[in-house]
Amino acid sequence: MATAVKETIKNKASRKVNEFKATNPQDAKLTLTFFAVSFATLLVGGILGLLQGLERAGLLSMPVWFNYYQVLTAHGILLILVFTGTFLVGYVYAGLSHTLGGLLPKVRKMGWIAFYLMLAGTVLAASQVIIGNATVLYTFYPPMAASPWFYIGLVLVVLGVWTAAFGAFINVANWRKRHKGQKLPLLAFFGTGIFLLLFTGTLGVTYEVLTLIPWAFGWTETVNVLLSRTLFWSFGHTLVNVWYFTAVSAWYVAFPKIIGGRTFSDVLARLVAILIVILNVPGGFHHQIIDPGFTEGLKYMHVFMSLSIALPSLLTAFAMFAIMERAGRRKGGKGLLGWFTKLPWKDARFLALFLAMVTFIPAGAGGIAQTNFQLNQVVHNTLWITGHFHITVGVTVAVSFFGIAYWLVPHLSKRIMTPKMNKFAIWQIITWIIGMYIMSFAMHTLGLFGAPRRSSFSTYFDSAQAAGWNPLLMFLAVGGTLLIISVIMVVYIIFHLMFKAPKGETEFPVAEEEDNASPTPKWTERWSLWVVIMIIVISTGYLIPIVDLVMNAPPGSPPFFIQ
Amino acid sequence: MKLHRFEEVWLVFAVAIIVISMIVTGYQAFALGMGPPSHKETIDPEKVDEHEVFSEPGVFEVGDNEYDVVMTLEMFNFTPGDIEVPVGAKVNFILTSKDVVHGMQIVDTNVNAMVVPGHIQKISQTFDKPGEYLILCNEFCGLGHQLMSTTITVK
Repeated sequence: MATAVKETIKNKASRKVNEFKATNPQDAKLTLTFFAVSFATLLVGGILGLLQGLERAGLLSMPVWFNYYQVLTAHGILLILVFTGTFLVGYVYAGLSHTLGGLLPKVRKMGWIAFYLMLAGTVLAASQVIIGNATVLYTFYPPMAASPWFYIGLVLVVLGVWTAAFGAFINVANWRKRHKGQKLPLLAFFGTGIFLLLFTGTLGVTYEVLTLIPWAFGWTETVNVLLSRTLFWSFGHTLVNVWYFTAVSAWYVAFPKIIGGRTFSDVLARLVAILIVILNVPGGFHHQIIDPGFTEGLKYMHVFMSLSIALPSLLTAFAMFAIMERAGRRKGGKGLLGWFTKLPWKDARFLALFLAMVTFIPAGAGGIAQTNFQLNQVVHNTLWITGHFHITVGVTVAVSFFGIAYWLVPHLSKRIMTPKMNKFAIWQIITWIIGMYIMSFAMHTLGLFGAPRRSSFSTYFDSAQAAGWNPLLMFLAVGGTLLIISVIMVVYIIFHLMFKAPKGETEFPVAEEEDNASPTPKWTERWSLWVVIMIIVISTGYLIPIVDLVMNAPPGSPPFFIQ
Repeated sequence: MKLHRFEEVWLVFAVAIIVISMIVTGYQAFALGMGPPSHKETIDPEKVDEHEVFSEPGVFEVGDNEYDVVMTLEMFNFTPGDIEVPVGAKVNFILTSKDVVHGMQIVDTNVNAMVVPGHIQKISQTFDKPGEYLILCNEFCGLGHQLMSTTITVK
């Protein structure tokens, strides 16, 4: 106990120093470069999103040389892969640099290699989409085939992500060696988990893409369609959970500090991170609930595996409201809900993270509902799903990222966010939320009425049922218009914070533990154990179906190039 | 790790959501036979026309107001299309794809199934209400995807 107390004091002392310590300028440059690409991608992806909204509402028809599905492919890849992926690397690297006392020179170099690989891969893949050789959407289900260069572009992006992941692991291992007996700072702990999940989650899809490249070149004749689909979804759903995990790290680490509170429980935060890493990969199988080729029993087990991912999120929900209540009461909030009014409502960083969290209540509930067999069958591949990921990734993740950028960018560029710009950022967040809620609510409703996702506007040969969707489809255009306004606002704010805002010091908010916090047990740091459990969980989910798909495979499919 | 009383209550609530979901879903799937379409049978996707069942797509009466619809899906057609069945008919759809992945959905019913080349998919529906139902493809299958639709009319 005595040593534990001493350790807590030591940790606190080192945090005090960190708080006003600037991040290493070379590391700052790396993160700012990642962010510049991230927000430029948001702008392009956002414009493409608006075009889709207008098209789907029947207000605009896309030309043959740049059709709806090309726009949709580019929108998906740019926003769900590149905007988020580049943000993640930039943010986690800044977090590692800040809390571990700077990146190692070789890790910084790996960060730059990651940057150029991801950039080159994105440009290559996007160029194939633009010239119309890869209109396969971001899921690129075979036997629909794209130009092999599209897949090679994706491989480069993944290699970039892996380089960044291993850089992070090296930095963390080095810190641990130099700080024997100390616990890894919470943000670095989350960073390790984020990259571990990202690396494991991309293994299956990488194997898939490596089988697609020779197939698209014509060197192999056929491909196992259902195996590819299964490998894709081991990645597809994990990916969005990695973005969510990144947002959650800021909720635990920065959010308490921003509202003038303390960490709720360091152990709980680490436990949530561990659970997210362990449980996530098999979760993607619920995308295949109405697929042929799998028994109902297997699918039932996967319903459980998917639902179990809700557990860490529900723990997080409790922790966040507890943090807010404690901070509000400390500031003199009285009565049952008095603490609520004491929260910093005029701080854009708080508002962003708060609205991101609150949105995850309906978003997560929708996710739990649609994972169950029968409800899944009702909404699968309808606009409900599109609505679902526009409030999960589009609000919970994206708005958290905006909130993070509003302190991290000025911290790194050694500038400050002026009160005027803070106000502008609040309007940016509100515009985004209103736009996304309008669009997403319409999408959820349309999905329940049977309107399909991933489809351009169609009357289905004057079907009366399809005609019933048209009034609600208008809201996609309304939401899309508000969103593009918000995108332009956030891109302007980021540009301002990088290059125009007044010089000054901005804090990197890292919360402290409560004075009477119990010490974090050592077992939380046993990453090798978490990796082993993770492998067991993944094997439980995937070993049987994958062996079955390989051993009892039907003759494969030749490529169908979409042009 | 010490838990607050409210946190314990919340934890029980969280676990209860998962357990109740599993019970309801499991009961509906395994006791009431309402499980998702999960047929396990393979086919050579390049020889669908030579297959004993799919060589003759069509509507076949197999029982008292019960029909098998043997249907192939390809860019951008359902074969057969414009199906007609009497009110109250139980229809068993037997589906496969001749090219890419398609999705078969009948609007205002719970018919929704992925149709993957190399695999045969089955799904049944009883049509109690008369009317014209839209059948559409709900998985992107090419540049004419939004045109891939037909109808089933219940008289």
